[in-house]
Amino acid sequence: MEKTTNQRAWFLVLPVLILVAFSSIIPMMTVVNYSFQDSFGGNEFFWVGLEWYRELLRSERLWDALGRQLMFSSIILLIEIPLGILVALAMPKKGWLASLCLVLIALPLLIPYNVVGMIWQVFARSDIGLLGRVVTDLGFSYNYTQDAVDAWVTVVAMDVWHWTSLVSLLCYAGVRSIPSAYYQAAEIDQASRWSVFRFIELPKMRGVLIIAVLLRFMDSFMIYTEPFVLTGGGPGNATTFLSIDLVKMALGQFDLGPAAAFSLMYFLVILLVSYVFYTVMIASDKAEAGQ
Amino acid sequence: MDWMAWTLPTALFFASIATALAVMSVLAIKRPSTPRVGVLGIETARGDRLFLTLLGSAFINLAWIGLTDLPQTFALGICAVFAFATFRWV
Repeated sequence: MEKTTNQRAWFLVLPVLILVAFSSIIPMMTVVNYSFQDSFGGNEFFWVGLEWYRELLRSERLWDALGRQLMFSSIILLIEIPLGILVALAMPKKGWLASLCLVLIALPLLIPYNVVGMIWQVFARSDIGLLGRVVTDLGFSYNYTQDAVDAWVTVVAMDVWHWTSLVSLLCYAGVRSIPSAYYQAAEIDQASRWSVFRFIELPKMRGVLIIAVLLRFMDSFMIYTEPFVLTGGGPGNATTFLSIDLVKMALGQFDLGPAAAFSLMYFLVILLVSYVFYTVMIASDKAEAGQ
Repeated sequence: MDWMAWTLPTALFFASIATALAVMSVLAIKRPSTPRVGVLGIETARGDRLFLTLLGSAFINLAWIGLTDLPQTFALGICAVFAFATFRWV
């Protein structure tokens, strides 16, 4: 006889569903409604059909912002994941030094997003900021408010500073959960440090690494406050990521219809990526459980 | 409800999604499905396949809007084929 799943338990989540309906589903329905209409204020709306979607999908603005967003997420993942692993492996495993390291590493995570942006805005200024002055005094031409490359370097550095800690902490938890028998076996086999990492630590960290990649990708894909405070999306549109562009459209230009269409497309991309990551995570868990 | 700016087409759209969810909930109780591994190589239950259908249909419609000037009904036809394929083979 085939095993079946009893779905009745889903009724137990009804209270949460009602809460989610008021906090998410109803606002989302409103956004869908707005995306097919034009408004000039005064709660008056005019049906425009698919016009906003057509306009956005054929405009360079959306694709440029999406390109910048994907590039930013890729760059920070390429830096933060290996760096986070390195930091986790280098951290002391026991004693007061381990506790001290954990506290120090967790500090950037406790700072509010807008404060991080503010810190880096001052820190990177070439006239008064410590980083800006040092880089300028070393003979490099650096000004993140006027040069697109400098702005990108600064935004990436700020994100790496703020979020590598999270990857490190997750990896540290993964490394700490490896039973000492694995290390003893490796020592008996006279395995090199690289082999220990490649065949013991990395496979054992797989679960937490997938979570780290998922969290960092989603968070970087929705980044708004830090780059907005630091560069305001500039110079020009160099650091205008999707969320910054969306806010400019919705609040700056008060184009509610196009902004609603933009939001929905942004949401769909995030939903798709989340689903892919979720599927990979579940498959990874099952593979690990089957080992 | 004025602030939600309802229109008949969007109301029908949400009503159809709500109906699909209600039908799936009733089906899940009356005839619980067994998860299976399809062409994507991932385990899916009936609800997963509905989710994939809705998500895929959204992207099919967006691609149609962005790439052609033909009526959207063609895209809906593609979505119907996509839905059939998803429920049959995924």
